[in-house]
Amino acid sequence: MSQIEKGRSYIGESVVRPQTARLLAGRGVFTDDITLPRMLHVAFVRSPHAHARILSIDSTAARALPGVVAVVTGEEMAGVCSGWVGTLAHFQGMKSAMQRPLAVGRATWQGEPVAAVVAERRAVAEDGVSRVRVEWAPLPAVTDPETALDPSTPVIHPELGDNLAFKLELNSGDADAAFKGADAVLTETFTMGRHTGVTLEARAILADFDPSERRLTVYHSFQAPNMMQDILARHLGLPEQDVRVICKDVGGSFGIKVHIYPDEMATCALSVMLGSPVKFTADRLESFVSDIHAREHRVKAELAVKRDGTILGMRVDDLTGIGPYSVYPRTSAVEGNQTIRLTPGVYRFRDYAASLRVVFQNKTPMCQYRAVGHPIAFAVMEAMVDRAARGLGLDPVEVRRKNYVTAEMYPHTSQTGYFFERLSHEEALDKLLEISDYRALCAERDALRARGVHRGLGLCAFIELTTPGPAFYGVGGARISSQDGCTIKLEPSGKLTCMTGVTEQGQGTDTMIAQVVASAVGVAMEDVRVLTGDTMVSPYGGGTWASRGAGIGGEAALQTGKTIRANILKVAAAILQCEPEDLDIRLGKIVDTLTGEIRLDLAELGRVAYFRPDTLPKDFQSELTVTRHYVPRHQGFAFTNGIQLSHVEVDVETGLVRLLKHWCVEDCGRIINPRLVDEQMRGAIVQGIGAALYEHLVYDEQGQLLSGTMMDYLVPMAAEMPDIVVGHVETPTTYSEGGFKGAGEAGTAGAPGAVLNAVNDALAPFGARVTSQPITPEVVLKALGAL
Amino acid sequence: MDEAFQISLTVNGVAVSRSVEPRQSLVDFLRYDLELTGSHVGCEHGVCGACTVRVDGALVRGCLMLAVQCDGSRVETIEGIAGTGEVFDLQQAFAQENALQCGFCTSGMLLTAQDLLARMPGANAQEIREALSGNYCRCTGYHSIVEAVRKTAEARRRA
Repeated sequence: MSQIEKGRSYIGESVVRPQTARLLAGRGVFTDDITLPRMLHVAFVRSPHAHARILSIDSTAARALPGVVAVVTGEEMAGVCSGWVGTLAHFQGMKSAMQRPLAVGRATWQGEPVAAVVAERRAVAEDGVSRVRVEWAPLPAVTDPETALDPSTPVIHPELGDNLAFKLELNSGDADAAFKGADAVLTETFTMGRHTGVTLEARAILADFDPSERRLTVYHSFQAPNMMQDILARHLGLPEQDVRVICKDVGGSFGIKVHIYPDEMATCALSVMLGSPVKFTADRLESFVSDIHAREHRVKAELAVKRDGTILGMRVDDLTGIGPYSVYPRTSAVEGNQTIRLTPGVYRFRDYAASLRVVFQNKTPMCQYRAVGHPIAFAVMEAMVDRAARGLGLDPVEVRRKNYVTAEMYPHTSQTGYFFERLSHEEALDKLLEISDYRALCAERDALRARGVHRGLGLCAFIELTTPGPAFYGVGGARISSQDGCTIKLEPSGKLTCMTGVTEQGQGTDTMIAQVVASAVGVAMEDVRVLTGDTMVSPYGGGTWASRGAGIGGEAALQTGKTIRANILKVAAAILQCEPEDLDIRLGKIVDTLTGEIRLDLAELGRVAYFRPDTLPKDFQSELTVTRHYVPRHQGFAFTNGIQLSHVEVDVETGLVRLLKHWCVEDCGRIINPRLVDEQMRGAIVQGIGAALYEHLVYDEQGQLLSGTMMDYLVPMAAEMPDIVVGHVETPTTYSEGGFKGAGEAGTAGAPGAVLNAVNDALAPFGARVTSQPITPEVVLKALGAL
Repeated sequence: MDEAFQISLTVNGVAVSRSVEPRQSLVDFLRYDLELTGSHVGCEHGVCGACTVRVDGALVRGCLMLAVQCDGSRVETIEGIAGTGEVFDLQQAFAQENALQCGFCTSGMLLTAQDLLARMPGANAQEIREALSGNYCRCTGYHSIVEAVRKTAEARRRA
């Protein structure tokens, strides 16, 4: 434990990420940067219709184009790559239809790939796409979740019987009784807009099948290389050990690059079919219709409160449309499931009833995107809390404090079964009020109101699900690893090479791992080289998603570091003819534990162990490559918590919301690198702000995407974004030695609710409120009755 | 569309002659013909700024300019300005502030920031935000990028 204590190690230090050097010099290697000999390019013919039968595909003109190598349809690919069904066994009653890499017979969303054109150059492949003639018979499109289950609505997959993918009812305590005893009942309907991750690097994959050895190497912009290896092996009928997935630099992921996409599976199948490397890089327009979407929810909420602000009970009804297929292999039921399970979790009331319906529709498939379910859950919960406070004439801070799960209540199990080892809501709130000078901001807001300036302050408390164990996916039958391994090798030079199953997409995973390893072993961080994202080399693991990198990968690195340290000391003791307990490793040197005197350099130890073991006792074998694994078993998730505050100004003439400043206090357990945690918070907060104010995938009734370019889909830009202040509370988990929890999604979890509440605070003098996101000027003006 | 044009230009100080299709964008030419993959393609419709390069000293979206339009021009990419040391202090500040995560926007961000600092050495935080607003970053939330540029501006003013 002493090795990782703050002040004695790299743990808690804002170490600069070493890998930024190559990215700052333009020397990163993103998937599209890789060129292989004989490499071909694929472009896809995509359905222009939300729902249509494919009557015929005529590829004659495309094949005639010089440079076009092949045109492949769904039927032709079906024998090479098997289809999949995105369900999990622990979501009882869940159903979905068989999905294939290229649609067969029928397209079910605008953008679904139906044929592939492979050519010597990307531009020629695109020329080929424009020459493929598809004869379509359009079918009625199911777009509105509200009517998706009506008997008069066409069923998208007749074999499923209806358009219901999954439903769930949760009942804790007695919600009806709580509502009967309430002084006030508040009801509201929230509409959350569909949006997506918009990774700046679009999805990309380069598949290289060698027919002589029947081995497939895949370069992939992806978060979970072992998951992809498993799925490619099974669906292409290849031995698992003959599929290698390599993730080099990944240009943003956010949960977008952790799912199975038909076009990426098709690219790998094409490489198998053609025996050549095949590259697919999505262009931005096809990203918008083919990357997973998220967050299209309609939530009805009812809150029962006492006059003093005590929450007695809550009812929630969530309806979400997920597109025509549940996405493989994580399913599209998780977002709704987490939404209704997370909603009440900050507060102590027990009477809670929730229902969820997940329905199919003819839009791009929805699945898990950063902070899955959280932004909806806490926007709903916290908006209801603010409404209660305002309605009862109470302080929103005090209403929260009155209802929190408090320090003496841990360990605590939530209304919906989530286990909380220890959270810090009260401490986080106190810290937020202090660093934001909240009371002064309230006074300023009140003074400005009198002058016609409409500012608002919005709080949003949240919990975040991090570090998931096997109950998340594994028990449902998905071959997604919840454990991760770490391998450390002492090089003969005395430096360390470390390989980890968790992956890097900009978070600083490799920096964080190096900090832990260097601290655990006792060497300088620059003497640790970390490698991630290569299934042939890295120990098996889940990759990076669900804020699991530090909690799982960090703990595995800590245990591996401790083990190799012990092994190094055994070698040192053999060389120095003393006991390992007499020795320590400090700053890369073997020292005498008591005196600190330097006894041996690690390079000398390496030289002896590797090249002169003849000088060591005959029965001594050095073990200087070590692997250890870690999986969280003591709790389903390591929950974290925090609270955000948004400060906005609303122009009541134009409806424009201006962000003045944003604060977040979070508790992710023991912090490995404060700057990296701060930057995860800031980036995630801005993604949450995007959802709250700008980002919207707008569809018409025919299922045509109307905002599918970057001109129409508004990504937050520098000029509109506020400065963001981040504060921390540290409550380490005691279930792992490191005490690390996750930090990647908390910002996105709380930001939409904070902005929503801030806007409603600003609109309060007008008796107006908004209940839908994104909060566009139109939404504000309608709330004000000006439209 | 198949007719190729011969162009001659300098790229990062090196004379280059190539035959290009008139439809080929400058960024595709740089990335695929010259293998200068430090300039990135984020949207191909001029919004995101990941493909930003300098042509004859002016910032250009590499996806909106055609390679044939650069005949006779002087083109500079991230590889060039990183190689000459022109943005060494900016790179250091970006690393220090963690003003990049995935690094995909970073090349364009550095070129844009360098251009801003040349035009407006006294830029304040809001002016920096305005100047960078044509370059999307999806990871950082911009705060750290603004800080890195602001601190570089300060240091250059002191120098």
